[in-house]
Amino acid sequence: MSRVAIIDYSAGNLHSAAKAFERVARNLDHPPEILVTADPEMVRGADHIMLPGVGAFADCKRGLGAVPGMIETLEERVIGAGVPFLGICVGMQLMAGEGREKAVTPGLGWIPGAVERITPSDPTLKIPHMGWNTLRFERPHALLSGIADGPDGLHAYFVHSYHLHASNPEHLIASADYGGPVTACVGRDNLFGAQFHPEKSQTLGLRLIENFLRWTP
Amino acid sequence: MSLKTRLIPCLDVMGGRVVKGVQFVDLQDAGDPVQAAMAYDAAGADELTFLDIAASHEGRDTILDVVRRTADHCFMPVTVGGGVRTVDDIRRLLLAGADKVAINSAAVTDPDFIARAADKFGNQCIVVSVDAKGRTGAEGWEIWTHGGRKPTGIDAVEFATRMVERGAGELLVTSMDRDGTKTGFDLALTRTIADTVEVPVIASGGVGTLDHLVEGVTQGHASAVLAASIFHFGTFTIPQAKQYLRDHGVDVRMDPSDIRPEQRTAS
Repeated sequence: MSRVAIIDYSAGNLHSAAKAFERVARNLDHPPEILVTADPEMVRGADHIMLPGVGAFADCKRGLGAVPGMIETLEERVIGAGVPFLGICVGMQLMAGEGREKAVTPGLGWIPGAVERITPSDPTLKIPHMGWNTLRFERPHALLSGIADGPDGLHAYFVHSYHLHASNPEHLIASADYGGPVTACVGRDNLFGAQFHPEKSQTLGLRLIENFLRWTP
Repeated sequence: MSLKTRLIPCLDVMGGRVVKGVQFVDLQDAGDPVQAAMAYDAAGADELTFLDIAASHEGRDTILDVVRRTADHCFMPVTVGGGVRTVDDIRRLLLAGADKVAINSAAVTDPDFIARAADKFGNQCIVVSVDAKGRTGAEGWEIWTHGGRKPTGIDAVEFATRMVERGAGELLVTSMDRDGTKTGFDLALTRTIADTVEVPVIASGGVGTLDHLVEGVTQGHASAVLAASIFHFGTFTIPQAKQYLRDHGVDVRMDPSDIRPEQRTAS
């Protein structure tokens, strides 16, 4: 049985994420084991790795760093061995070179760029960007397969005030429009990040999770 | 701008049961909040709010169980309010599967609690309830606590501003004058606060017709509209309300759901 590791570092909505993954896994021909874990050894044996994250960038980075051996194991498996990786919300932002929320905090440095505050061109637009928005795909990606984009496409649930501005435009996979483009998905090789919450995005979210579980980059 | 206006049904829960019952045609148990949540999820509600109205100490465990079982079946954002007084209360609700917590009396008695909570869990999950009544014989609105029984003398708009400064990510603005009256939102209250603060405002209290929902957005400038009884008692369905909003120029999410009912059986 293959294994999906959801990283537990006390900074995520683990119950919701695990339930959404379990729900999708049940419908696959070969359901993988969904494991919520803070144990780097368990992560080392995983075939897919998901990093959740809610809250502030610096707190999440500190929390991840506080799990002994976790960042080293992630580097080894995700960057070294190419294990498929999905980061969600702040879990996605942590892939950046640095976060600029409250203080400047170094990220994992997997996607060159910085996490910056959203600055909508229309000053009456509310911050956080909170609620359901459609996506615009900047380039095709396996994890977006079967999902409709554009104004008549499916909606994703966002809650955030900061987004990842990728230095390399090729790493931008999808954006949302909120008084200008807001980064919705980034990725390269075996890495993928979603700013929105697939585990809270009903039809679109469950489809993206299914695509991730089937993904062989 | 393609961010949609949110339609949020609210369930009042006491001792693990929906207070007034939810009159959906196909619910086996109209008093089970998890079944009601699943029905709203399937109907396309944009978020769900549970208000734990007893919120006594032993009641906390009951609402945690409701939230946990809801998160097992519903892949939509869930807010829980009522009796949230400590950082530990918030942590337990978030771990159970809540996405946001609504803080009421504790925000009035200890405003720094909001700052501590936002620092710990992020602004995005801290909703502050602004429960207000119009001042008698004077301009403006005053904050009331304890379900509208205790006046505080605090100006509602000033309170809203201070809560956002301390880290509230969203405000749930409820007119205690209108709550339960079915005469529509207090639009001046909603608009005054929505135009003052940077964060999204949810309009609440008084919805009796679908026009009231429209007004909450077009005249109240709310980012989301919350209603309870018009949905509970089956007066309107979520799809009817969304169609009406769309027909009246309010942009809402109307995704087709491919989550089939047979996959939603409660365990």
